[in-house]
Amino acid sequence: MIPLSWYLMFAALLFCVGLYGVLARRNAIGILMGVELMLNAVNINLLAFWSYLYAMRLNGLVFVAIVFVAAAAEAAVGLALIISAYRRRNTVIVEELSLLKG
Amino acid sequence: MSATQVIFLVTAGVTLGAAVMTVSARKMMHAALWLVLALTGIAVLFVLLQSSFFAVAQVLIYIGAIAILIIFSVMLTRRIVQEQYPSVNRFWWVAILLALMVFIGLAVTLSSWRGLYPDRQAVNEHPEDIAALGLALVDPAGFVIPFEVASLLLLAALVGAIFIAIERKGGRR
Amino acid sequence: MSFWADPYRFLLELLYGLLIGWGLPASWAQFVLFLIGAFALGTAALLLVVFLIWVERKVVARIQDRLGPNRVGPWGIFQTIADIGKIFTKEFITPVGADWLLYNLAPILSVGAVLMLWAVIPLTMTLYGVNLNVAVLYIIAVGELGEMAVILAGWGSNNKYAVLAAFRAVAQLISYEVPLVVTLLIPVMFAGSMGLNDIVQAQSVWFIFLAPMTALIFFIVSIAEVGRAPFDLVEAESELVSGFNIEYSGLKFGFFFVADFLHAFTIALLFATLFLGGWRGPGAAQYPMLGFVYLMIKTSVVYFIVILLRASLPRFRIDQMMNLNWKLLTPLSMAVLILTALLDKLIPSSQPFIRVIGMVVMNVIILLVLNEILKLVETRRPRPVVAPVVRPVARLPQTPSMQNESGTSL
Repeated sequence: MIPLSWYLMFAALLFCVGLYGVLARRNAIGILMGVELMLNAVNINLLAFWSYLYAMRLNGLVFVAIVFVAAAAEAAVGLALIISAYRRRNTVIVEELSLLKG
Repeated sequence: MSATQVIFLVTAGVTLGAAVMTVSARKMMHAALWLVLALTGIAVLFVLLQSSFFAVAQVLIYIGAIAILIIFSVMLTRRIVQEQYPSVNRFWWVAILLALMVFIGLAVTLSSWRGLYPDRQAVNEHPEDIAALGLALVDPAGFVIPFEVASLLLLAALVGAIFIAIERKGGRR
Repeated sequence: MSFWADPYRFLLELLYGLLIGWGLPASWAQFVLFLIGAFALGTAALLLVVFLIWVERKVVARIQDRLGPNRVGPWGIFQTIADIGKIFTKEFITPVGADWLLYNLAPILSVGAVLMLWAVIPLTMTLYGVNLNVAVLYIIAVGELGEMAVILAGWGSNNKYAVLAAFRAVAQLISYEVPLVVTLLIPVMFAGSMGLNDIVQAQSVWFIFLAPMTALIFFIVSIAEVGRAPFDLVEAESELVSGFNIEYSGLKFGFFFVADFLHAFTIALLFATLFLGGWRGPGAAQYPMLGFVYLMIKTSVVYFIVILLRASLPRFRIDQMMNLNWKLLTPLSMAVLILTALLDKLIPSSQPFIRVIGMVVMNVIILLVLNEILKLVETRRPRPVVAPVVRPVARLPQTPSMQNESGTSL
């Protein structure tokens, strides 16, 4: 069978790939994709812990469901903000959206 | 090596490759599609974790809703996102360094944790009990408050997204 | 277990024993059996399309007072095979600037999304791909993969019109998903399970008698979800030049075609499974293969109605289609869901006869109220008043020059 550590290592790798995307991407949509990857890594961890350690309890499942909801809300609002910024400033490169920079 | 282990390794490899392509592809459209592949791989992992409900929900919410939203946004903002721009900023090596450090930190923490090798080295054989989950979400002694807060969050996101993205008649750009 | 009682189980156990006998571990034997099963089911479904295309052409031709295909084979039954032979020889044209990967991935994904639906549908009591406990959710999720295929096709073609058509198509598909999900909740509620086999087994009374309005809404919405007439403005072949698949040629276009036909049949199959009792029928429990015959008969009836609708109804305009969804079907399906849930709790399930009567009466009342509301809306609707308009002419008659000219000429 698959050991728990495989899932955890995989999730850690995925989280770091997502982190790199968030830090290095110039495109705002690309940053959002990195955030989605990180959220998914968290979900894998939650479900793996639930499945291996606490299969009789529901806390893990409820947590995953809430993460799903948060991800959906974040994507909707984030993309709406990006579209709005694109309409006003004609760019989605985050370095060029520096109006608040002193 | 059993069939499930092979399936896990293949899926994990494909998912990680797709994730790397997601954060490094030059064309945003391709990045979005690699993201779809990565999310599909994660859904397969959920199936291996005996959680078919969340596997299907993953496909439904992430691929069906979020990825399509992302693809739509890429289509709507594509004029600027051409290939002549570099896809990463000047400090990409710092990002790699940070990501590596985080990974090493996580790996060290995990390997020193005793719970990593629990007595039961297998997933539970029974799939998750959706009926119990559904009851717990509306049970006052269970998770009704997180459930309601989540639904409120979704409503707020819905209203907010429409308010932000709506095209106002008559300027104010 | 004899062969005739349940040929499927018999073959399955035979193959499993054979694989184990060859020295395969149990998990790998299971895996190989899944592969064989998926291959067989997919091939059967795709071969079915050959027959479906012929049936549809024949029926539509009869409705339109034509003969339909009648040259190749008896009653033209091999016409589709000849067409396939023709389409195989066509050249693949890839447009300039097309995204090669997406352009070629889209047709495969569109057929795959439909074939994936077949994995969860119970064809008999024992013959199903997998008895998923969240099958209804799975159906919706797989439907979204079809939308993804549409987007990929539109974007990958590097054609403005294809992208526009893809936007339109996806807007239609996403909009109609809302009432689809709401109506799918009602069989789930009656059966107390999201597994399709459980839903079939719970139908000692067919759900169409318990929830006729729901069945009607599901039927309309599923036709829209497939993009068949009268909702085929995705690729209105008599008005537009196809839609998102405009740049495809040869076999790749054929893939979209196959997906379209197979999807229509699959929707009929789903309707039969969810509302018409699936494989249930006299003797189906003893001889599971009999259940397959029942299911196919029910599906054929539904599919025939789908073809009839295609042949007899004109196409919707896009604003009419969106209005129908958001202003009628979505609120209606939600109202039906709430009322059905209330009535379901009020009438105990131990009295199926009273339940059916109560549900049917409630549905008729909903229909009457809906009719009144629609009448009211229609009479209150502001109508465009046709006012007498002075048409601009080249030279107005009362201008002095005109009068002078007419005066001199007279």
